[in-house]
Amino acid sequence: MSNGTMEVKAISGHRGGTPGSGVSRDYDVCKLVDTTTCIGCKACEVACLEWNGYDFRDTTFDNTYQTMPDTAWNFWNLIRFNEDTDADGNLQWLMRKDQCMHCADPGCLEACPADGAIVQYQNGIVDFNQEHCIGCQYCVTGCPFNIPKFNDVTKKVYKCTLCSDRVGAGLEPACIKACPTGCLHFGSKDDMLFEAKKRVEQIKANTSHQNAGIYDPDGVGGTHVIYVLHDATNPEKYGGLPSNPRVPFMVKMWKGPLKWLGGLGIMVGAFGMFMHYVRFGPKRVEGEEEKKA
Amino acid sequence: MSGGAIVQPQSKTAVTEEQIVRYTFQERIIHWVNGVSYGYLLFTGLAIFTPYLAWMGTVMGGGATIRYWHPWIGLVYMATIIQMQRMWRSDMVTTDADRQWSKNIEHYVKNEDDKMPAVGRFNAGQKQFFWVMFYGALVLLLTGIVLWIPEYVPRSLHWVLPIIVFIHSAVALVTIAAFMIHVYMSIWVTPGSMKGMVEGTVPSAWAKTHHRLWWQRITGRKN
Repeated sequence: MSNGTMEVKAISGHRGGTPGSGVSRDYDVCKLVDTTTCIGCKACEVACLEWNGYDFRDTTFDNTYQTMPDTAWNFWNLIRFNEDTDADGNLQWLMRKDQCMHCADPGCLEACPADGAIVQYQNGIVDFNQEHCIGCQYCVTGCPFNIPKFNDVTKKVYKCTLCSDRVGAGLEPACIKACPTGCLHFGSKDDMLFEAKKRVEQIKANTSHQNAGIYDPDGVGGTHVIYVLHDATNPEKYGGLPSNPRVPFMVKMWKGPLKWLGGLGIMVGAFGMFMHYVRFGPKRVEGEEEKKA
Repeated sequence: MSGGAIVQPQSKTAVTEEQIVRYTFQERIIHWVNGVSYGYLLFTGLAIFTPYLAWMGTVMGGGATIRYWHPWIGLVYMATIIQMQRMWRSDMVTTDADRQWSKNIEHYVKNEDDKMPAVGRFNAGQKQFFWVMFYGALVLLLTGIVLWIPEYVPRSLHWVLPIIVFIHSAVALVTIAAFMIHVYMSIWVTPGSMKGMVEGTVPSAWAKTHHRLWWQRITGRKN
């Protein structure tokens, strides 16, 4: 970011060292979701729809506190609800704010064949540009979190932007602004990890949740949405949060070796056929050569 | 259906050489609809396969357009190759002579055709090409249908999607290799074969050289 160039490096006539010099500041952004203080009020769901200009959809009641079964092309933020019974028989309501995780190693971006349809910003936001999207849905094949959703009318794929339009203007994402319990935090990744660690220590010191921990999966290079979970040993119970998400192996094989082997094979084949023609030439019809000779 | 029929040269034309019908009108139409649709699938598929060939998609109407049409043209390709299989089933049966031919393919590559066994309407290479394209098309169809409408694949089966993308691409590459050889052979290596597929007839001498058993069957001559 251009702000980096305005960091003070040296000061004239100044006693002692230069305050702030050598202090690096990360300009990446991160959303911290503390599932232990989420009350499932759905204010973030409403704020997301409102800011992004989508009408509220019909909800699906299935005897839970979850608005609908899954996120949708025009519903990017869903509080997933699960009634969990732990080993001691204690009932617990688990609420998890589900949205794009903004992976540092985004599988959607890796799988996408359309130039410029998916971009990853320096600040960590992974954003879809629908004007470049061709609607192939390969991003769906690359995403371990089942986030990109297809619109059958526009033939484009949509997902949470981490409010890149708000963040670009120095604002926090709409969901953060709406959260009434303060379970949603927003800042640099370092700051959010620091806050998350503090919260995990607090939970362990004061509650029975001794498996509390941070969800910031290494398999996708870490994420720019991180969770504090009561039980980090079993993220699956939080509405199917994958315990070890990865960009699928076959996506890497397809985008890596197969692409290079295929391209090389076509070029070598074309060159080989050219050399064959130069060496052996065309097949003659019998009697033709005698006629010409 | 195995082509056939001798066309007597018309006295008014300059071409006095005896001509043999190699492909009927229906065979030619089916072949070219199949070939043109393959060309479209090739260009649009490669455009999605690698950014370095994305210009092929631009030529064909741009990313979103080719994503829409690729599956439909795939159905045209499938319908015509099934028709080809119906037309040429008996001609495409692999025989012991074909196995002998394949064993000696080195001589064929070096244009030492006098060392090759005589072949019927199609040689073993043509038969192999046809079956690669036919079975390749079946795999491409089955995987392609899934990639056409992945939104109907339930979440629990999403793990198969990357595998299907990989298979679709890999099999397409195999057909591309076969297709490149097919085009090379027809345009450069075997002059006169293009005339057979465009006009439908080939000179008798051409048929005698490249498909002797077929020529003998059609003309009733021994040599």
